[in-house]
Amino acid sequence: MPTDVEEWKSEVYGQEIRDHLMEFAEEGWESIPDDEHDAWFERFKWWGLYHQRAGQESYFMMRIGTPNGVLEPGQLEVVGEVADEYARGPAENPEFGAAYADFTTRQSIQLHWIRLEDVPEVFDKLESNGLTTQQACGDSWRNIVGCPVAGKDANEVVDALPVAENLNETFKGDEDHSNLPRKWKVSVTGCREGCGQGDINDLALEPAEKNGRMGFNVRVGGGLARNEPRLARGLDVFVEPDQAEAVSGGLSALFREYGDRENRYNARMKFLVDEWGAQEVRETLQEEFVDFELERAGEDLRDQYTYNAGTGPAAGSHDHADGAAADGGVAAQYPGGDHDHIGVHPQGDDNFYVGLNVMVGRMGAADCLELAELADDYGSGEVRLTQRQNVIVTDVPESELDAFLAEPLLDDYAPDPSPFERGSIACTGTEFCSLSIVETKNRQVRFARWLKGNVDLPDGIEEFHIHLSGCTASCAQPQIADVSLRGMKTRKNGEAVEALDIGLGGGLGEEPRFADWVAQRVPADEVPGAIENLLANFAEVREDGESFREFVENRDEETLAELIEPEETSYTDPYMHNTKLTWYPYAEEDDMDDGPAPVASDDYPVESDD
Amino acid sequence: MTAPLRVLDDGAWLSVSDSRAVGVGELWRLSGFCECEQADFVVEGFTGTGVDGRTVEVRAYGTCIVCNEEGPTDWLPVGRLVDTDTPRRTDGERGVFHKLANSAPAAGAGSRGVTRQPATRSGSSENL
Ligand code: HEM
Ligand code: SF4
Ligand SMILES: [Zn+2]
Repeated sequence: MPTDVEEWKSEVYGQEIRDHLMEFAEEGWESIPDDEHDAWFERFKWWGLYHQRAGQESYFMMRIGTPNGVLEPGQLEVVGEVADEYARGPAENPEFGAAYADFTTRQSIQLHWIRLEDVPEVFDKLESNGLTTQQACGDSWRNIVGCPVAGKDANEVVDALPVAENLNETFKGDEDHSNLPRKWKVSVTGCREGCGQGDINDLALEPAEKNGRMGFNVRVGGGLARNEPRLARGLDVFVEPDQAEAVSGGLSALFREYGDRENRYNARMKFLVDEWGAQEVRETLQEEFVDFELERAGEDLRDQYTYNAGTGPAAGSHDHADGAAADGGVAAQYPGGDHDHIGVHPQGDDNFYVGLNVMVGRMGAADCLELAELADDYGSGEVRLTQRQNVIVTDVPESELDAFLAEPLLDDYAPDPSPFERGSIACTGTEFCSLSIVETKNRQVRFARWLKGNVDLPDGIEEFHIHLSGCTASCAQPQIADVSLRGMKTRKNGEAVEALDIGLGGGLGEEPRFADWVAQRVPADEVPGAIENLLANFAEVREDGESFREFVENRDEETLAELIEPEETSYTDPYMHNTKLTWYPYAEEDDMDDGPAPVASDDYPVESDD
Repeated sequence: MTAPLRVLDDGAWLSVSDSRAVGVGELWRLSGFCECEQADFVVEGFTGTGVDGRTVEVRAYGTCIVCNEEGPTDWLPVGRLVDTDTPRRTDGERGVFHKLANSAPAAGAGSRGVTRQPATRSGSSENL
C-alpha cells in the first residue's frame, strides 16, 4: 500500500504546488483546511518550506539551494535583506540575535521563522535575483554540492562547475524527475581534495582519468542518516563531462522507477544499492536508462583526498593552494586550510580566495549584508559556501588582500580561527527541528569557546573537527569528524538531562570510515571535559607522530572509551533541561503554551512606528 | 468517521487529525522493552501508528538509558480518541485526541507495556 505521502504526491506535487502555495499565502494561514495540514506541509517542502517544530506552528524554515554553494555577486546581499526583513521570530537567540541565515553542510542557506503570508514577496525578491527555494527540500533533486572553489582552484583536474550547473538547470523543474521516492542528493567533484564529499551522497561524480581523457567515475548510494550510514559505491562507470547529464538522469530515473514507495525508511538510494548490489544497478542503468555503451571506470584520485579526512597537512600533499606558502606572500601568513578552504589561497588566475570561519554556519543578517559589501569592494562580489558551513570570498586581487584582512568583520569570521572554532559544525537541533533530541548550535558555540580558552591541541595536531548533530539524521555529518557528537538523553541526579553520544574514528579521504559510537549518553555539560581528557590522554599515550585518526584506528573501542573520561569542568551549559519541550529553548517564558504559535495571518508582530 | 493517524517527517512525530500529537525526544518508562523492570526509554523515532478500540498506539524506536538496549518497541498506547464523530479540530483545539499523562505510557504503565498484541489498525494509515 502506498504511503499517505505518496498519495498526496500523486495528487499534487512538483511545480503545481506553487499555485496552491501562493493562494494559501494570499488568503492567510487559516485558509489551509484543518484536515489538509499534513498533506500541504509535506508538499510545501518541494518549494523549500519546512514547517517548524511543535510549539512553532505557522512558522516555516525556508531553504534556498545555491548550486555548488555559489552565491553570485549581489545574492548574499539579497539573502541578508530577506533574513533581516522576514526571518525575525517572536524571540531572540542569545548567541545570534533576532535575524540570521544558516549556511548548511550541503552548501545551502536556511532561514527561519518565515510566515506563509510573506512567501510571495520573499519568492519575488529571491527569484528576481536568480535565487530559488525550488526543490530545496522534498522528494527530488536537492541542491547539488561540489568543491566550493570549483573553477577557481589552480589545481582542479576536471572542470566541474559547468557540469554541476548544467545538472541543476536540467533537473530542477524537470517533470520527469520531480517526484522521486525520496530525496536525491548529488555531488559533483573536480578537485583533488574530494571536497564534494561524494561518498555521502546518493549520486557522486568524482574526478577520474581514462586513456588520457578527464571525466568522472560514478558512485551511488551514500548517506549518513538513521543509524545506517553508507559510503557511495562505485558503479564501475566512467563518464566524460558531456555525458554526465545522460548518466545522472538515467540513475535518477532508475531510482524513480525502482525506489521503494511503500516504506519511506527504505526509500533512499543507499538501500536499493544494498539490495541490488552495484553490479545490478549498472546493468539496469545500461539496459533501461541510457542509450549508449557505458565505459568502465577510469583511474580515480581518491588516494589524494584530504577533505574531512582527519589527516593533517601531509608533506608533499597536493592541495588547492599548491605553492601558496612557498611564494612567501600574504597567503603564507595563513598556512593550512588546504583541507577546509579557510584562510588565504591563490586561485588559478592571479587573484586569491579567502575562506572565513562561520561558527556553526550561522551569520547575523547585518553581518551578511556587511560581508556582501566587502565581497563587492575587495573581490568580484561572489561569495561561496562550503560543506563545513563556512564562507569563501573569491576573486580578491593581491593588492587588496591586506586591506580586506584588516576589516573588523573578520574578527568575528576569521581567516585564521582557533582549531576548535574552525572544526565546529552543528545542525539545527531543538531550536527548530522536530526530529531533534537536544539543543545544538548554541551549545556547540559554547563548547568551542570553552575549548579554545582551556585546551591546547597536542603537538603536531593543527586541525580538530567536532561535529554535533541533534539526532541520528546526521545533518551535521557527525560520523566523519574527529569527535562525533549526537543528541541523546540521560539522567543526572535523577533528572532527565540532555546528553551526547561520543563517536571516534570517522573521516573521509582515501579510506573513508564512519565513527564508532564509543561513549554513550554523556551529560552535555561533561562533554567539554571529556574532550579535554581525551586529548590529554591522546598526548600521553600516542606513539611518535601518530595523528589523531591513526591513534583512534590503532586502538579498540574499549581502550578508547576509557580515554574519554567525562567530567564536569568550568564549562556551564544552560540547555541541560528538556529543550524539546519548550516552545523555544531560549525564551524567557519557554513553556510550550507560552509560545505565540500559531500566529493568525492578521496578527503580525508589526513594529510600531511611534 | 475516523481520525487519520500518521507518522510524519521521518518518524519525528505522530499526527492525529492533522495535528501534532506526540513527538520524539522524551524519556518514557516502559516495561517489557528490555531486561530492566522498567526501561527508561529515549524516544528517537516513531515507526508506525494504529488504534486499538479508541486507544491510539505507536511503535517507537529508541534506547533504554539504563541498560543500553536499543531497538523498536511493540505497540504502545499514547492517547485516546474521543468524540470521533467530530474529528476535526476547531479553533486550534485538538478535538479528538487526549494524550495520556506525560504523553507517554506513564510510569507504572506495567500492563500497558510492550508485550501486548499488536493493535488492529482500523481506519488508520501508517505513513513513514
Ligand atoms: C528543520 C530542520 C531540519 C529537518 C527537519 C531535517 C530533516 C532531515 C532528515 C529527516 C534527514 C534524514 C533523511 C534521510 O533519511 O536521509 C536529514 C538529513 C540530512 N540533512 Fe536535514 N533537516 C533539517 C535541517 C538540516 C540542516 C540545518 C542541514 C545542514 C546543516 C541539513 C542537512 C542534512 C544532511 C547533510 C543530512 C544527511 C543526509 C545523508 O547524508 O543521508 N538538514 N535531515
Ligand atoms: S540532525 Fe536531526 S536534529 Fe539535527 S537538524 Fe538534522 S534532523 Fe534535526
Ligand atoms: Zn576542492
